[in-house]
Amino acid sequence: MSVSYYVVLAAALFTIGAVGVLIRRNAIVLFMCIELMLNAANLTLVTFSRINGTLDGQIMAFFVMVVAAAEVVVGLAIIMTIFRTRRSANVDEANLLKY
Amino acid sequence: MSLALETLAQSTVPTGEVVTFWILAPIALACALGMVLARNAVHSALFLVVTMLCLGVFYMVQAGPFLGFVQIIVYTGAIMMLFLFVLMLVGRDSAEAVIEVLRGQRIAAVVLGGGLAALLGTGAVRALRATTATGLEAANADGNVQAIAQLLFTRYVFAFEVTSALLITAAVGAMVLAHVTRPKAERVGQTARMLARFAPGGSPAPKPGPGVFATSNSIATPALLPDGTPAERSISAVVPTRDLTPEEAAPKGTQGNQEGQQ
Repeated sequence: MSVSYYVVLAAALFTIGAVGVLIRRNAIVLFMCIELMLNAANLTLVTFSRINGTLDGQIMAFFVMVVAAAEVVVGLAIIMTIFRTRRSANVDEANLLKY
Repeated sequence: MSLALETLAQSTVPTGEVVTFWILAPIALACALGMVLARNAVHSALFLVVTMLCLGVFYMVQAGPFLGFVQIIVYTGAIMMLFLFVLMLVGRDSAEAVIEVLRGQRIAAVVLGGGLAALLGTGAVRALRATTATGLEAANADGNVQAIAQLLFTRYVFAFEVTSALLITAAVGAMVLAHVTRPKAERVGQTARMLARFAPGGSPAPKPGPGVFATSNSIATPALLPDGTPAERSISAVVPTRDLTPEEAAPKGTQGNQEGQQ
């Protein structure tokens, strides 16, 4: 086994997340799939950091985590707002920017 | 298993790491699949937690203990709890639509996903097959946290500062989005509330609590008025009213004993 296995695992996780975004309809589950893709990208960053022998990849993964946290906070607030007006977390039903 | 043993023989990473990988990677993949396929959104969230924990262990194994713990604390601790909070607020059983708006979208998504996985996987394997990891022993000589702090506060200090602006913007944005502005006419002041309480039809005293009797202390049991009729106002409107079954309405043994003693 070489470190490339980690990259293959990350590719598989990323694909599962991408397929999940395409086939699921619940906005919150879609968000979780996006989180899974971000995590897969983080795994590649950490692996590449190890391959290169520098810590820059880990720093980048750290920043990805920070951005993901901010994104989740705002995204979930938007989902809450949409749910409050439309009584539904289904992404197919939210087809207007206002009302 | 033979594949695992074969790879163990020509492995460029320590044996313990290989074992960890072959145990945790299938769990991570299975839970990621479970997250996508689970009907219940709460189950999806819990599956994702397991996947993230596995990834946290991978970070620690790959000489990134700081990131591993940040992953566990921030992702599984904070972000996934936020997800669960919102799931409970939105209603965890908000039904998933079965109707396909675009015909054949799901099958197409799965097929294209398989293609994407093959492309990414083969590309990564071809590019990295002969690569040996330099390893982070030199970079982590003074400790992983110290090394990351050194980089973070020198080369990446500007990005770090920008991050603080991002976090403040996100917090303000969440507050603005979650805030509900009520028109001033709908707001009821203390004076208006007091007047309504003492006006005819209002009740100056608190509402009566539900009944607590020897036979029942359920909040669904109404209190009795002086004339023996149940006080409907003592039951919360949220509690569904239910009729007692004959077994429940039948006299309990305690009542029989009391009558016998009398």
